[in-house]
Amino acid sequence: MTPLAGPQRLLATRTGRTASLAEHRQLFGAGSLPKPMEELERSGLLGRGGGGFETARKVALLRSQRSRHRTVVVNAMEGEPAANKDKHLLRLNPHLVLDGAEMLAELIHADQITICIAREHAATIAVVKRAVHERERQSLRGPAITVETPPGRYVAGEESALVHWLNDNEALPQFRPEKPSVLRVRRHPALVENTETCAHLGLITRWGASWFRSQGTPAHPGTMLVSISGAVPAPRVIEVAVGTRIRDILAAVNSDPAPQGLVVGGYGGAVFGPTILDLPYSNEALAPLGAGVGAGILCPIPATSCGLRETFRVAAWMANESARQCGPCAFGLPAIADDLRHVAYATRDARAAAKRLEQRFAEIAGRGACRHPDGVIRFVRTALDTFRMDVTAHLTLGACAGVNASPLLMVPALTHEEALEWE
Amino acid sequence: MGIGRSGSFVLQVNPILCDGFGHCHELAPELVTLDEWGYPVIDQTPRPLADHALVQAATYAVRGCPRQALRIRKVTPSS
Repeated sequence: MTPLAGPQRLLATRTGRTASLAEHRQLFGAGSLPKPMEELERSGLLGRGGGGFETARKVALLRSQRSRHRTVVVNAMEGEPAANKDKHLLRLNPHLVLDGAEMLAELIHADQITICIAREHAATIAVVKRAVHERERQSLRGPAITVETPPGRYVAGEESALVHWLNDNEALPQFRPEKPSVLRVRRHPALVENTETCAHLGLITRWGASWFRSQGTPAHPGTMLVSISGAVPAPRVIEVAVGTRIRDILAAVNSDPAPQGLVVGGYGGAVFGPTILDLPYSNEALAPLGAGVGAGILCPIPATSCGLRETFRVAAWMANESARQCGPCAFGLPAIADDLRHVAYATRDARAAAKRLEQRFAEIAGRGACRHPDGVIRFVRTALDTFRMDVTAHLTLGACAGVNASPLLMVPALTHEEALEWE
Repeated sequence: MGIGRSGSFVLQVNPILCDGFGHCHELAPELVTLDEWGYPVIDQTPRPLADHALVQAATYAVRGCPRQALRIRKVTPSS
């Protein structure tokens, strides 16, 4: 079996449909290299869920735990409305993810694999259940694989919330002052990894670290999945080498070539102007701007939309997604969203609201149990900076024509504050 | 919570437990201010444990919290 060349790795396919186990073995081969842990360490794989933590270090931490039972949790929650990569990957190559999860289980000596998919995504759940069943029919060796379906809230995909739910509690983030801390499912240490990270691991242990590092940048090696929506003909997921120029990524999906702004990393990420188009899409290129690749999301915003109004829509939805556990998040985010509404629609209170926003950013940042408020604040702050000309125009001349354009960024409809389900 | 004489400390709040009673601000105004919704904003600069009055105030805040959301965390120079 020769390793795949080029940047099409995780999304390699012969049929374009879900690969069966036989098709999967034909395409990627079976078996693994003799020393998987060393390959993982040399590969420098970074987690693909948004945090970008080094996978080898997480695995090493779990290996050092003394316990008879351990669990691998595959996080396919993907609560971002603009993200689709994990679902796309699972629907195309579910066995690649399962291979990686089994390899993780072998590395940390786990006897249980739990795959968590938000219950709203019935199609993905069906595909994964079928794939698990297919493997069980072939062989019953190895750790048991179960599919769990937590509620699909934005913060429910945070790892402590996920583990809390697996322990029969509500899917709410927990306060963890000492990080990195080991999460526990039923008192046993658990390794929570993103879906795409697992799939990469499945290939690293097949074809080795040097093969993995042949794409991407030295500090951020490999390929990555990018979900692109916004000013594109249709939302898509593509695979690119890390460090590909953002302009080239957008060109690959026939995006608007001259957007006025770009959402990078998701709704907990950042918004930048067109100057960013010539930067490589990697953590080290975006770090000076205070951002990162996040969960691999790009949304170009066209000149016909009002950037402020789009920011308000996202902020309002994110405020509603707060778990309402911590005061600064439960009260602060709706306040920020409301201030944004004043600025976007140029109400009488707009000037005061613009001034209030800066003050509230400083007041709220860093005061939640999880990073949800920090993400929203980074998104809104960078958006206001990118669209500062628009802010001035809205404050002096009134709202622009773009506030009446059709909504662009994907946000589930939100007409009133919903009663959220956490069980 | 063995508090020695050397080293420094910060007051830490568990934001999930905190319900914004505001007692900590009354008991340790040097360390805690309140935001516009009445939740504590705690000064995160490490303070010396040798400052007896400050440690006393922080201890009162920890004891006085009806939600038991506060604790004094010793800060080692490395972390």
